[in-house]
Amino acid sequence: MATIETPTPRLRPRQPGPRRPRDRGALIRGVRRNTGAYLFLVGAIVCFALFSWYPMIREVIISFQKVNIAGQSNGWAGLQNYRRVFDDPQFWSSVRTTALFAGFALVLGYAVPFVVAVVLNELRHAKAYFRLLVYLPVMMPPVAGAFLWKWFYTPDNSGLFNSVLHDLHLPTSAWTQSSSSNVAVLCLVLFSTWINMGSGVLIYLAALQGIPGELYEAAELDGAGILKRVWHVTVPQTRLILSLMFLLQIVATMQVFLEPFILTAGANNTVTAVYLVYQYAFSYGNFGGAAAMGVLLFAVLACFSGAYLWLSRRGNEE
Amino acid sequence: MQAVEPRTRTLISDSQLARPRARLLYWTVLWTLIALFALAFLFPLYWMFSSGFKSASEVLQSPPTLVPHHLDASNYSTAWNSYDLGRFMLNTLMYAGGALAFQLIFDVSAAYALSKLRPLFGNVVLFLMLSTLMIPAMVLIIPQYLTALNLPFVHWDLLNTPWAIWLPSVANGFNIFLLKRFFDSVPQDLLSAAKIDGAGPLRTLWSVVLPLSRPILGVVSIFAVVSCWKDFLWPYLVLTDTSKMTINVGLFSLSGDGIPENVFMAALAMACVPTIVFFLVFQRNIMSGLTAGGLRG
Repeated sequence: MATIETPTPRLRPRQPGPRRPRDRGALIRGVRRNTGAYLFLVGAIVCFALFSWYPMIREVIISFQKVNIAGQSNGWAGLQNYRRVFDDPQFWSSVRTTALFAGFALVLGYAVPFVVAVVLNELRHAKAYFRLLVYLPVMMPPVAGAFLWKWFYTPDNSGLFNSVLHDLHLPTSAWTQSSSSNVAVLCLVLFSTWINMGSGVLIYLAALQGIPGELYEAAELDGAGILKRVWHVTVPQTRLILSLMFLLQIVATMQVFLEPFILTAGANNTVTAVYLVYQYAFSYGNFGGAAAMGVLLFAVLACFSGAYLWLSRRGNEE
Repeated sequence: MQAVEPRTRTLISDSQLARPRARLLYWTVLWTLIALFALAFLFPLYWMFSSGFKSASEVLQSPPTLVPHHLDASNYSTAWNSYDLGRFMLNTLMYAGGALAFQLIFDVSAAYALSKLRPLFGNVVLFLMLSTLMIPAMVLIIPQYLTALNLPFVHWDLLNTPWAIWLPSVANGFNIFLLKRFFDSVPQDLLSAAKIDGAGPLRTLWSVVLPLSRPILGVVSIFAVVSCWKDFLWPYLVLTDTSKMTINVGLFSLSGDGIPENVFMAALAMACVPTIVFFLVFQRNIMSGLTAGGLRG
């Protein structure tokens, strides 16, 4: 930083050496400036250190350690925790369930909000009504929503879904308690889509409003029908946001916990990866195994979130 | 309600819609959608509230009744009085308020320092903070829990204290990202002018930067409050004492208590009221924050 030259000659006699005091002054000023800045930073740094940076390192460390049920480490375990996880059929079942959940969620949770947004964007009336309603479930406490749906899914005829099906003389279902884990997971995804789709719809709606009208005009003059216009104008124009939401969706679905925890309590092979991490730590008292699974989950998710960050940065630069 | 403002052309042009058959189709689709949305998003809420009014036998009746036979508010008062619902809500409010205050104080000052004071190694700190965005929340839940159980160096047990909610909420890379990006856009001239007037960094932050940053502070605040209200697994792990629980954890603990179904529905319905009211009040800010603040990672 440049020092301000004072025009008053009074200060000049106070410079005995050629350069040294000025250097020291700059140094002191620099130290003071940096200390001041770090005073502003210290609160955030402490919190990040305690709850992000240290846990990151610690997770990797305890995944190689023997950890007792109180969470204290008792020496190294080598790859034992990882071997234990890989040998556990529950682990592979949870991988399958999570993949199944992510797959169903791509069809429902990813596609449905986009289609809904495209349709809503064409409506000339009652826009506020649609926005308000679709976002209502997002705002309710998720546990309340989950219990409400658990109740809808009641397998006998007192459950709302079954009693409606019964009245329409359609076959009823065991829903989340179905012996087929495919059906049970699909029910979880249905609930998850219902409670989460509001934010997706609103984000897509905002993106759709940014599409220049001339593009549709031109496509129409070229004789493109409605579906062709969606495919050749809407989708390419929202490509960036679509791919961001795709990655976000994957990262979110691979961390699913609440849905199986409340709706099925893990019955019928509906234990997801994070749910199994929870069970390892708090039902089996195996923190080492839980940490090993966390590291594995991180390795998979880091690829997706890395891609997400790269894409969103590119999007910001454009 | 007619759309008065000139709208940009979308997929289907206005002239295309003006044809009689298209008009008929449009109105059919519109009313079908209005009905469908009401069924999908309003009816579940209605079901929850109306079931809260039913008697114990009516709520389990098969087939269920659409309208309760007697409007009896006693379930609501039972849920509120005997099952401590008010305490859960108050706790949640306290956690949300504290998390909001800590995030505003620590994250704002950190982002300000990183953006404007630019200390030595500031970029390293920024990189480390933003790199936490790569790590999905659920992955670190085990070591975070162990940290809260026994804080390094000082060996405090944060379980069942508000600190277990407040401190982790500050470690939010997304806040730092949003705030720093906003502060970067505050012109340096304004800060230099404040400096010439003799304002220190704190005064500059308070009187120059913050008044300009209202929109972004709004976004950060809303995210802070909403995420506190919606979080489940973390508070479930660290708040095991019934008197300390948040609304989500409290509702979950009630479900195992053999609470009658109709009282439970009344409890769920009441738990939804504060957030729905919050949403209706801050609707505009929430929706613009959702899209303008970018996607939450």
